[in-house]
Amino acid sequence: MLEIKDLHASVEDKKILKGINLQVNAGEVHAIMGPNGSGKSTLASVIAGKEEFEIKKGTISLEGEDLEELAPEERAHKGIFMSFQYPVEIPGVSVTNFMKTAINESRKARGLEDMPANQMLKLIREKSELLEIDRKFLSRSLNEGFSGGEKKRNEIFQMAMMEPKLAILDETDSGLDIDALRIVANGVNKLRGKDNAIIVITHYQRLLEYIVPDYVHVLHDGKIVKSGTKELALELEEKGYDWIKQEAVL
Amino acid sequence: MDLKDKLLSSFLAFENNIDLDNPVHEVRSEAIKNFETKGFPSKREEAWKYTSLNSLQKVDFSIFPKTESTLEYKDIKKYFIHEIDTYKIVFIDGVYSSYLSETTHDGVDVCLMSSALTKPQYRQVIDVYFNKAASKDESLTTLNTAFSKEGAYIYIPKNKMPKKPIQILHLATGNESALLLQPRNLVIAEENAELQVIERHQSLTGNEVLTNSVTEIFAAKDAIVDYYKVQNDANTASLIDNTYISQKDNSVVRVHTFSFGGKLTRNNLNFYQNGERIDSTLKGVTILGEKQHVDHHTLVHHAQPNCESHQDYKGIFGEQSTGVFNGKIIVDKIAQKTNAFQQNNNVLISDRATVNTKPQLEIFADDVKCSHGCTVGQLDEEAMFYLQSRGIPKKEASALLMYAFANNVLESVRIPELKSRINKLIANKLGVRLGFDL
Repeated sequence: MLEIKDLHASVEDKKILKGINLQVNAGEVHAIMGPNGSGKSTLASVIAGKEEFEIKKGTISLEGEDLEELAPEERAHKGIFMSFQYPVEIPGVSVTNFMKTAINESRKARGLEDMPANQMLKLIREKSELLEIDRKFLSRSLNEGFSGGEKKRNEIFQMAMMEPKLAILDETDSGLDIDALRIVANGVNKLRGKDNAIIVITHYQRLLEYIVPDYVHVLHDGKIVKSGTKELALELEEKGYDWIKQEAVL
Repeated sequence: MDLKDKLLSSFLAFENNIDLDNPVHEVRSEAIKNFETKGFPSKREEAWKYTSLNSLQKVDFSIFPKTESTLEYKDIKKYFIHEIDTYKIVFIDGVYSSYLSETTHDGVDVCLMSSALTKPQYRQVIDVYFNKAASKDESLTTLNTAFSKEGAYIYIPKNKMPKKPIQILHLATGNESALLLQPRNLVIAEENAELQVIERHQSLTGNEVLTNSVTEIFAAKDAIVDYYKVQNDANTASLIDNTYISQKDNSVVRVHTFSFGGKLTRNNLNFYQNGERIDSTLKGVTILGEKQHVDHHTLVHHAQPNCESHQDYKGIFGEQSTGVFNGKIIVDKIAQKTNAFQQNNNVLISDRATVNTKPQLEIFADDVKCSHGCTVGQLDEEAMFYLQSRGIPKKEASALLMYAFANNVLESVRIPELKSRINKLIANKLGVRLGFDL
């Protein structure tokens, strides 16, 4: 589904990604782990199409289609979703109105009519129950004054609404207490299917106890230095990242 | 002949048609003398640094329109908030239109300035209030005072509230190639009275119009006044809106100014707090394009202790439009425990748009809370990326952000139908659909 080949990316001439190779197939969950500053969030943003990052070399493709020239919204229309590490606060736009706009703009891009209002409400109700989100919460301004946990739950709610082919969860576990983590993980697991794929970016192994990955990759200094199965995450938890760094030097 | 000379000579003609024994005559005579001395403000004055009236003074304005027009309600319906029942005071080229208006004397007076200034039953109120809040030396205000004759007169006695909101509509038909209008409004809410007013100026053609309006608002003890100014006029219409508000103990006055159109608009909004525990709110949304110009000059004079003022002005400027915000707050030495807040945020969506913003705080008391902030910027890139990553295209995403930016000023609008109309105007002005009902 997603194929990344020899990806080099920079921001303001600072090289951050230095040759990433990654293949994610439908039905798979990949975890990308690594120390701070290794390029994890950059990788997520580059896949989602953030303009401040410049692709210097290499390719990213989704279902065989090259993404490089596509704007973030076009990537979203193709089925890419990124859950933000720091969701942006937008006072004056309610969660519901934001989702209506997002869903209908995506439908428009696919040549579909607006979703009928009753269908939209039903969908919102269904997905908000999945994430145990209170009705009142939906009429609040997007992310404004939300707690860390509420923001993350809201991100996964959006993911549930958008039903992406490829979801990238950027540090979704940061700032979550154990109950919120369980709710978020439960929401993500319900969205797992044979036709979609998930990339979980995390510093800690904790989230991976709940969202169990098929593959684990370790990112260090802009490169994937080790790949393995879920056992690799446990090993990292035990030993920390230092041995990876040393191995990378050798 | 320049406009000033034309106005001075017109004053003589104007006086020939009015009752010189009326005490208002003296007020007018004093006022014209002041205008004669001062003339139109020039850019050399600090308060007019960014707004030039030079080109307007070269226009040959008609001061007394000759023709009367026959407009029908259906022609002008869209300029009203017609979804709700309201009292209406309608002027066509400065002349009261009885068939388009709906006035009342049922416990409250919602009627005409021309009646109030001439009929004996209003004499006492006029003596107490007329020209008591308006400036005696600001030249454009005195120009209006000199020619004051017609406008809205609203008097709400103690403990009363009109059955419905009041709409004041000033229409210019374009029968004259260039028209000068000088409406004069007087709004009085006596003790514990409450009212809501929506005022709009609308030119119906592309002919030039200049309106120099003065509104005096008096809020007695415990009174609540909501005044909404809808400024969405044609590109050939200019407005100088001078509003003077005098508040007594515990009164609440909120003025919302929605500036979406017109060629040149100058709002001089002045609040005088003459009592304790007063609440004054000044809010504005300005969305401009083309070469439109809007200048908000606000003044809040805290003259007594324990009062509050809240100012929040948002502006979005496209193309070659220009905006000015000058917010002056005076806190007298005696006005301890004052809370004064002022916020002015602007977004420039074109490289050629300009904003000048200036807070001006003169604080003589030592136990006060005053905060002010002004920003001029572009849309937040991180927010744009967030919206785009959810499938919202760039143009719609920026419209949604601008909508959100302007929208929180509307929270304090207390007439839902007006709020929804303003929401729609904002959406239209931003030129895109928002994907949800407003």
